[in-house]
Amino acid sequence: MTGAPLLEIEDLRVSFATPKGPVEVVKGLNLTLGREERLGIVGESGSGKSMTGRSILRLIRSPGKQTAKTLRFDGLDLMGQSNRQMRQIRGARISMIMQDPKFSLNPVMTIGHQIAEALQVHEKLPRRDLQARVIEMLNSVRINEPERVAKMYPHEVSGGMGQRVMIAMMLIPRPQLLIADEPTSALDVSVQAQVLDLIEELVTGNGMGLILISHDLNLVARYCDRILVMNGGEVVEACAAKDLHKASHPYTKGLLAAQPRMQETRDELPVLDRSGGAGT
Amino acid sequence: MSSPAISLKDLDISYGDTKVVRDVTFDVATGESFALVGESGSGKSTVLKAIAGLAPDWTGEISVLGKPRGHGTDRAFSETCQMVFQDPYASLHPRKTIDTVLSEPLAIHGIGKRSEKVVEMLGAVGLDQRFRFRFPHQLSGGQRQRVAIARALMLEPKVMLLDEPTSALDVSVQAEILNLLKRLRREQGLTYLMVTHNLPVVSFMCDRMAVMNKGRIVEIAPKTALYDGSFADPYTRDLYAASGGNPDADPVVAAASESKDPA
Repeated sequence: MTGAPLLEIEDLRVSFATPKGPVEVVKGLNLTLGREERLGIVGESGSGKSMTGRSILRLIRSPGKQTAKTLRFDGLDLMGQSNRQMRQIRGARISMIMQDPKFSLNPVMTIGHQIAEALQVHEKLPRRDLQARVIEMLNSVRINEPERVAKMYPHEVSGGMGQRVMIAMMLIPRPQLLIADEPTSALDVSVQAQVLDLIEELVTGNGMGLILISHDLNLVARYCDRILVMNGGEVVEACAAKDLHKASHPYTKGLLAAQPRMQETRDELPVLDRSGGAGT
Repeated sequence: MSSPAISLKDLDISYGDTKVVRDVTFDVATGESFALVGESGSGKSTVLKAIAGLAPDWTGEISVLGKPRGHGTDRAFSETCQMVFQDPYASLHPRKTIDTVLSEPLAIHGIGKRSEKVVEMLGAVGLDQRFRFRFPHQLSGGQRQRVAIARALMLEPKVMLLDEPTSALDVSVQAEILNLLKRLRREQGLTYLMVTHNLPVVSFMCDRMAVMNKGRIVEIAPKTALYDGSFADPYTRDLYAASGGNPDADPVVAAASESKDPA
């Protein structure tokens, strides 16, 4: 980690207007991400973790509103960019992997075309080079017979393969920051590990920053350097991944304890006290 | 006990011309909690569906509480065996109130005192009475899954088929539902056959597990195998490793986690 951080966020707020007045779903979030750092954001449904991820790309749709004192990426003020300028950044410099490949890939375009499109938008390349880059990228996400797969449609591949295609698509313009929003929660356990290992390898190999958003504490602890735990739109705990078991905030402790273990000896799992907030 | 709660013998299940489950044979003892583990497409949910009568194209033998099961729907059977589905957002009728949902099985089976039974069951699954006349969309995921469990228990079955009952829920809500299921089993002496892909959940809930791969059972192991990963089959070992193994097996980590356990 040398020089300025890759991403700096200060006082990020996201709110939605409702009949009962605006509701803040992210309440004054601060974070900095160093170059080549891997940050995990963990929280339950509705904690605002995905909204945080999306707001870095300024992808909060109206009627949602986002404000921030600072939202700086590599020295560039993202809040001050026009929509047109943002489009140049999305994909090319900051990429996002979405949760479910079934809903995020275009069903009527071949896989090769979709990956090529992601590159074409940002770089002008002769067609032959384009094809070569696509095949190379499919190879690097460990897809066998990339020439054949490039001609296939999304419904013809499995979930794990679809997610690898997504990763290929997101990484082909060589972004500096990758945001992965629950990249594996639609996948089987055995495939999950493969996909995350792949993301980790590509991220460290290319000197990218990574923000991994997930609801699974242990998974994030395995793949990240630093962890933010979110609850109700706020960061309740920030710690190094290896110190997760020393977490001090009651919410983090509650989450950790509520998870069944491989060697379970407890008769009953402790549950979070919800008397203060919304019920289950 | 003499006869097992669920007994499957040489069970083959097909969807159309495709055979998806082959040669499944296992017994679940009365009062036992048995898990079916495997990846998507391994046929674990199909086994549950066949037992519940939702996948009628099967050959072999299925018997529940000593009585062989036929291929059609069977009213007497529903009184002994009920199923809880994976996604509480999809398994409750959006236009029926919780009260209607819970009374319906009683009405079908001509059982009286419906109102008292609904009130009692809501209490048993830890739902406040004020939820009784609400619609599913007014409830959160955890509350809905409680309703789905209550609906399955209305006929006082002895055997419950659970199809990934917590995979659509958050960790803290999952803990509540797992505790509920465990308590109900203890109080009502139920037998569980549970499908899951989450090995730590097996460790918490179940006594034994069968691991399925590509429509076949590759291994039946006690839950203690999860402690040290002593599985015989290579596929099971892969699955175990992919789930992160047992971090507590490391003596240093185990000591650390034990010291903070009382909290």
